[in-house]
Amino acid sequence: MSETEYFSVGEPIADTKAPAATPVENRWTQRKFDVKLVNPANKRKKTVIIVGTGLAGGSAGATLGELGYKVIQFCFQDSPRRAHSIAAQGGINAAKNYRNDGDSVYRLFYDTVKGGDFRARESNVHRLAEISTQIIDQCVAQGVPFAREYGGLLDNRSFGGAQVSRTFYARGQTGQQLLLGAYQALMRQVDLGNVELHARHEMLDLIMHEGKARGVVVRNLITGEIKSYTADAVVLATGGYGNVYFLSTNAMGSNVTAAWRAHKKGALFANPCYTQIHPTCIPVSGDHQSKLTLMSESLRNDGRVWVPKKGGDTRKAADIPEDERDYYLERIYPAFGNLVPRDIASRAAKNVCDEGRGVGPGGLGVYLDFADAIKRLGRKAVEAKYDNLFQMYERITGENPYEQPMRIYPAVHYTMGGLWVDYDLESTIPGMFVLGEANFSDHGANRLGASALMQGLADGYFVIPQTIGDYLAKNPATPVPDETVQEVEDGVKAQVEKFLSIKGERTVDSYHRELGQIMWEYCGMERTDEGLRKAIDMIRELREDFWKNVTVPGSGDDLNQSLEKAGRVADFLELGELMCIDALHRTESCGGHFRAESQDEEGEAKRDDDAFSYAAAWEWTGGDKPVLHKEDLLFEYVKPSTRSYK
Amino acid sequence: MAIATIPALYRSTVGKKAIMAVTGGLMVLFILGHMVGNLKIFFGLEEFNGYAAWLRTLGEPALHEGWFLWIQRVGLLVVIFLHFSTAAELTARARRARPVKYQHRAKVNGSYAARTMRWGGVIILLFLVWHILDLTVGTVNPHGVHGEAYQNVVAGFAPDRWWVTLFYAAAVIALGFHLRHGLVSAVQTLGLKNPRHEAPLNLIATGFSLLIVVGFLVVPFSVTVGLID
Amino acid sequence: MKLKLRIWRQKNAADKGQMVTYDVDGISEDASFLEMLDVLNERLILEGEEPIAFDHDCREGICGMCSLVINGQPHGPERNTTTCQLHMRKFRDGETIDVEPWRAKAFPVVKDLVVDRGAFDKIIEAGGYISAPTGTAPDAHATPVPKADADKAFVAAECIGCGACVAACPNGSGSLFMSAKISHLGLLPQGQPERDSRVLNMVKTHDELDFGGCTNTGECTVACPKGIPLEFIGRMNKDWLKASGK
Repeated sequence: MSETEYFSVGEPIADTKAPAATPVENRWTQRKFDVKLVNPANKRKKTVIIVGTGLAGGSAGATLGELGYKVIQFCFQDSPRRAHSIAAQGGINAAKNYRNDGDSVYRLFYDTVKGGDFRARESNVHRLAEISTQIIDQCVAQGVPFAREYGGLLDNRSFGGAQVSRTFYARGQTGQQLLLGAYQALMRQVDLGNVELHARHEMLDLIMHEGKARGVVVRNLITGEIKSYTADAVVLATGGYGNVYFLSTNAMGSNVTAAWRAHKKGALFANPCYTQIHPTCIPVSGDHQSKLTLMSESLRNDGRVWVPKKGGDTRKAADIPEDERDYYLERIYPAFGNLVPRDIASRAAKNVCDEGRGVGPGGLGVYLDFADAIKRLGRKAVEAKYDNLFQMYERITGENPYEQPMRIYPAVHYTMGGLWVDYDLESTIPGMFVLGEANFSDHGANRLGASALMQGLADGYFVIPQTIGDYLAKNPATPVPDETVQEVEDGVKAQVEKFLSIKGERTVDSYHRELGQIMWEYCGMERTDEGLRKAIDMIRELREDFWKNVTVPGSGDDLNQSLEKAGRVADFLELGELMCIDALHRTESCGGHFRAESQDEEGEAKRDDDAFSYAAAWEWTGGDKPVLHKEDLLFEYVKPSTRSYK
Repeated sequence: MAIATIPALYRSTVGKKAIMAVTGGLMVLFILGHMVGNLKIFFGLEEFNGYAAWLRTLGEPALHEGWFLWIQRVGLLVVIFLHFSTAAELTARARRARPVKYQHRAKVNGSYAARTMRWGGVIILLFLVWHILDLTVGTVNPHGVHGEAYQNVVAGFAPDRWWVTLFYAAAVIALGFHLRHGLVSAVQTLGLKNPRHEAPLNLIATGFSLLIVVGFLVVPFSVTVGLID
Repeated sequence: MKLKLRIWRQKNAADKGQMVTYDVDGISEDASFLEMLDVLNERLILEGEEPIAFDHDCREGICGMCSLVINGQPHGPERNTTTCQLHMRKFRDGETIDVEPWRAKAFPVVKDLVVDRGAFDKIIEAGGYISAPTGTAPDAHATPVPKADADKAFVAAECIGCGACVAACPNGSGSLFMSAKISHLGLLPQGQPERDSRVLNMVKTHDELDFGGCTNTGECTVACPKGIPLEFIGRMNKDWLKASGK
């Protein structure tokens, strides 16, 4: 789509850092050789700011500290150990081929490019697959208690979108264990004085000097103090923006603020419409709902998804005979069955519910049944694998999944879009690097299960430590003038004052909920031209009302959770519009972006490679029409084909 | 395993507890011996008083008469001092650790014995003072003649002095509770507890505490009800 | 559901604080405890009052951010459950519920129900890690770990660092938290080289941070949302005594 009333098209953009002439399997090695190095004595003189302490930020902080850089790190939680990576359940992929089932780096690369529906950059994905094996080694050395077999060796499980068993896991708490490993390594650097840690601090703006990222303005969430920190480079590892939907599996505090404010300072924001809807979440129970809880995708290894064949069947699950059940994933996708990628499983669930065959309150749910698994493996074995998940389900719903099937429904889980970065993970603002879910990532239009942990740790432990040195060696920093810092700080203070002075009639949360409903309805699992146009208007209206009619009680001088939320929701209100514009412009269906207009006769997503084989990187223009910069995606190794999991 | 020095132990909360566990263990050994000796009263005046006299001559000729008892007393005094002072310090530390109390205190989850360790310990200590004045020094004993242990016991727990017996009983029961938690706690503190042996350990602690309580109470009650006179 | 809530309100660390009573009505049984507080907070904001500050983040029982002593019990009445996973169906209609912050000198109150648990980070900083700088690791299969050890280490590693053990302990001790980390790392072959220094430094730091000592009352393990067993404290004691003697 070319220029419209919603956006204009600018110069294309390209990654210039990956050595394109080198074969893909050697590119990372070549790049590591090409980078300029910072000698050990000089590293001590270089300061790096890292925002966020999840898998990407925590591992980056630990590793940069180990290398000898001076690191200043922030997180909004009360401890770095609480970043939302901790909630990842299922596992982490690595091409170890410990199962001898034909896995390899190339196969992981292939699966990830294909799983991402051919909208990711090949160089990056290959590097990710290469590094995956080192991550497992690193984590084991740190004492991450991965599941093991009786012989003492590591266990693996299979996961959606792959036909090999390459997922390493620690019961249903893999994210927790990996994060604690990174957190411990980070705390070791704090103890050694290499990392200066500030918990309960939120980044509210980026400080730039001579066109480069040079620092951040943060608010101390306890005292309300607004303070600036400057450095030689800034790293954002601030996670995804799924909370734009209000209801998502993200933590309550997860937000886009750091990334969005950097975007407003000039960093391009790529593919914002790529949203992963996770197929196995606990359905909504009422208006009070504040978040959605994921049931790990690993459950699909042993659970069978079904709905009644007839619509409006209100019998209890146990009373519905076998031949009146529709195991629709097994029926439609015989090759992958219950293990189809997330986007396909989610949309299939939506389709059967739209047909009126959904189960549970409001008909928004499908069954995930373990009766067969319990019969086949025994209850003990099922307990060993999933007990904590089953317990969690029972706590939330009051139903026992050993006795009756779980009810699940898709929910927003992960955002593939994010700040645009090159092969070095550097954004379009020189000196600002973006890691983990916050960048537009290696997952293309859809992320495979157990790949987020892999990417976060690859970025933090292995990529940024190599690439940031190149920047630091080539860009000696000049002092940042006080006035520059003051100006940014004043802007932040003015916004805080603004929120407190509106004194309107509506709470921040009520705006957030309304925005979420708009996004879910029109920019959720299925998007249409008409709906998106409507959504854009609704968001604009809502945003205007927000700035006139929101109420934020209390002051800016102490812990004020309403004030924190106000800033985040203000940014979501702008991001939501960009997501809709991106979704509107991409008239094809791909991965986590399904346009109703672009599907085949059987309702499967139809990609349009001729028109849309690019990453859409958006430029902020002060609230006017955003400018689209296209990065063409070249597929030299994995030739685009229609994804088929049948 | 080398042994940590006492000052090093004393500086740490874990070490302090180890001191309490070891000193507690030593006192348990003493109490067991004491109980066995007490029960000799059922063999009559002569044997009992003879046993008391023997205690004074124990260790001769290497030791002078009465030295064994004094060595034991000094040892016990050191042990009690260490046990009590570490307990007091841990208590003071616990108070400091929670300067603002809960408004709503839930019912206790841990055992009653565990929650009454501190007051139980104080009661036992107060009892000890009385007990020494009564049956060692003899100041508060109606008979109070040195060397006539049997007569002192009989006079001390005479039927008209039932309240002494009751006080004694209360203290011994407090000791029983103290031991019930103390024994298990000591094993845990020294890191010797095996979770697989939790149930038998609890059983042993309960049995042993009961044994001590019964063993100590049978003597005064026998006197009070006239079985011994 | 209709409920009477008595909630600790405290403006800041210096304020004395007090219990304040709120009546709430129309609460769904399917709401979580925190969602019930959300409903109350929305009302307070519209009434022009400051909402009740409380810590929470993931709301799925894993981040360890939520706290709250509910009717005298850290994380409320349901065993092995964090406050965010506690649902209102566990309470009676018309019940009076007392809500207080964690109480410990090491966890000073910041505001209302929010406390500062930075002391836990300091304990980890003192040695709760394995020194394995990035890039130095051998192949993951170089050292097999017996399944029993790996499983036990995992049980210890499940600790979410919420601080309920401290809140429940009559002595305000951080022993369960600390011993879980010491056991997690001490049970694995990778954790052996630093096993002695780890336990000595962590216990020393714990003692310097105004936590009380453990007296084996067992309140912590009952309050622990992950059911971390007491045996890890025994294990820590043993490690400490061994290390102190060297």
